[in-house]
Amino acid sequence: MTGPGDRSGTDAEQGATAPGGGFRKGAFGVSGSGDTSGFGGLVRVEPGGAVALHSTERPYGGYFDEVTDALIDAVGQATYDAAVQRVLVDRGEITYFVAREHLLTLVRALRDDEALRFELCSSVSGVDYLDSGGPAAGPGRPRLHVVLHLTSMTYRRRIRLEVAVTAEDPHVPSVTSVYPTADWHERETWDMFGVVFDGHPALTRILMPDDWDGHPQRKDYPLGGVPVEYHDATIPPPDTRRSYR
Amino acid sequence: MSTTYDPYAGSRETTEGRVYTVTGGDWDQTLGAEAQGEERLVVNMGPQHPSTHGVLRLVLDLEGETVTKARVVIGYLHTGIEKNTEYRNWTQGTTFVTRMDYLSPLYNEAGYCLAVERLLGIEAPQRAQTIRVLVMELNRIASHLVALATFGMEMGALTGMTNGFRERELVLDLLEEITGLRMNHAYIRPGGLAQDLPPGAVEHIREFLQVMPDRVADFHKLLTGQPIWQARLKDAGYLDVTGCVAMGVTGPVLRAAGLPWDLRKVEPYLGYETYDFEVPTADTCDAWGRYLVRMAEVNESLKIIEQALDRLAPGPVMVEDKKIAWPAQLSLGPDGMGNSLEHVKHIMGQSMEALIHHFKLVTEGFRVPAGQVYVPIESPRGELGYHVVSDGGTRPWRVHVRDPSFVNLQATAAMSEGGMIADVIAAIASLDPVMGGCDR
Repeated sequence: MTGPGDRSGTDAEQGATAPGGGFRKGAFGVSGSGDTSGFGGLVRVEPGGAVALHSTERPYGGYFDEVTDALIDAVGQATYDAAVQRVLVDRGEITYFVAREHLLTLVRALRDDEALRFELCSSVSGVDYLDSGGPAAGPGRPRLHVVLHLTSMTYRRRIRLEVAVTAEDPHVPSVTSVYPTADWHERETWDMFGVVFDGHPALTRILMPDDWDGHPQRKDYPLGGVPVEYHDATIPPPDTRRSYR
Repeated sequence: MSTTYDPYAGSRETTEGRVYTVTGGDWDQTLGAEAQGEERLVVNMGPQHPSTHGVLRLVLDLEGETVTKARVVIGYLHTGIEKNTEYRNWTQGTTFVTRMDYLSPLYNEAGYCLAVERLLGIEAPQRAQTIRVLVMELNRIASHLVALATFGMEMGALTGMTNGFRERELVLDLLEEITGLRMNHAYIRPGGLAQDLPPGAVEHIREFLQVMPDRVADFHKLLTGQPIWQARLKDAGYLDVTGCVAMGVTGPVLRAAGLPWDLRKVEPYLGYETYDFEVPTADTCDAWGRYLVRMAEVNESLKIIEQALDRLAPGPVMVEDKKIAWPAQLSLGPDGMGNSLEHVKHIMGQSMEALIHHFKLVTEGFRVPAGQVYVPIESPRGELGYHVVSDGGTRPWRVHVRDPSFVNLQATAAMSEGGMIADVIAAIASLDPVMGGCDR
């Protein structure tokens, strides 16, 4: 469920093939109502950022180049090229999109290398980009992203690693052997998104009850809710109210 | 509804319906031969227990009084706040995140709003930033006072609790005067603040600044020199810098291990680099050091509040951009807080554009360019990080909160295994977890 507004990129003529994959139809994002404005046929490309799949070119600016060079030195150019699919610098933050096979190699180097020293794993979280990398309807799109925020207390730097997997094969290597603090973070990401962290010592649910079905923070998991009566009017549950894009 | 046989609650059918018989005492079956060990005892503490700081559950394996294994079970206060924010607009998100860590609501609001503002590429006006610092530091004092109060209660020093809550009431009165609510303020909004300081607030804060140092001194008189207090806290819940960083523990616990890591100093935001304050540290790595660090931080917060009051210059508290600024010209009417009559007159009788903006902002909300940010701030408990993702719409695509209580609680096992069961209480209390933030 993406909410109203079709941004799925399912348009066979343009959606799936055009760069980015994220498209938006109409001017107001409302679907299913009688649109008489004529803007309903409008197709717009999603603005850049998290959804669009572009990559930033060198130089990245700030300490980002230094970190990247140190990382290449630490793991070797070949491994780096294979591991880091693209790099995005946005709003003063750098994101490395990492292939999952190389995640452990990278985080180990990031933690241990003297020029990198990312000692603290601040956060591991998941994001469900329902339409990431292809039409929403098709299987095999890497919609589940695992996002690691690493902090170097030595150099006072922060970077972000992002690993994208499909819902059909949601396996990501666990980084608990490198960052013990990732234990609960990964359990939460499993609980909420159904990402399986291979090598985690005890990957069980943490916030939801042990016998819960499904992974609540996935975008296709409904919010739920009941209509509320208030002052003789009925307020629908939040996920069925009109929304705008 | 499960129809399988439940070993803990056998059932039989009666004329009134099915009757369950809850049983127990099957440890020998579940644990096998292990349970035959002479002293091994599994104690289930919580989730309802006066010394577990809310609905935290501990499963402790004991050999006599020694803890051999400590497992922490959380999730009893999970309310799905992160998911809920995805169904509300960006401004409404403030009212949700403020309910996470209910002892430091203004930090949640500030962290969230700073993240939204970074996504938008805007900065709140100077006066709004100063007031944010002001209310956040007031909030830090209130939060630390609760930490000390519950610390006292859990150690059996009940006067510490009553004193702590009494002092906290002073802060809550101020916050109520400023924001309208004692907790869950929704005062800090994307782009600035809900409203300016009310008349008289500055004077009342100054009066508080006069009173509070004596109250902190009283606290020291009451607890710090007391031999029982020292004996309970010293060497309890030991965790050094290596352990802290490995477990991701930040805040007063990390500073009590000797590392002066305070995001207000190392990655300043909201102009913290221009305030003169110290980062208190201790080198004991135990509950005692954490107690002292918190006490010292109350004094540092008082210093920051004083400086913030001194530099408070008149000005707007919300960004000028009418496409973002929430139209919250509030005033107190006979039926409670609501839009001021001047604002209603303006939008209904004078300006069509103002009406359009009001209508669009309240029904749709503003759009935030697509992208993701991670904004960490120093909450009373440590690094409070907001990972906020926008897809370009009027609602957050994802709000993830790296709550310090959640991360710090992981260190429970490292701090308590091998120690006495009484020290588990000291260790947990010294972490000062807030389950509302932990479970979200």
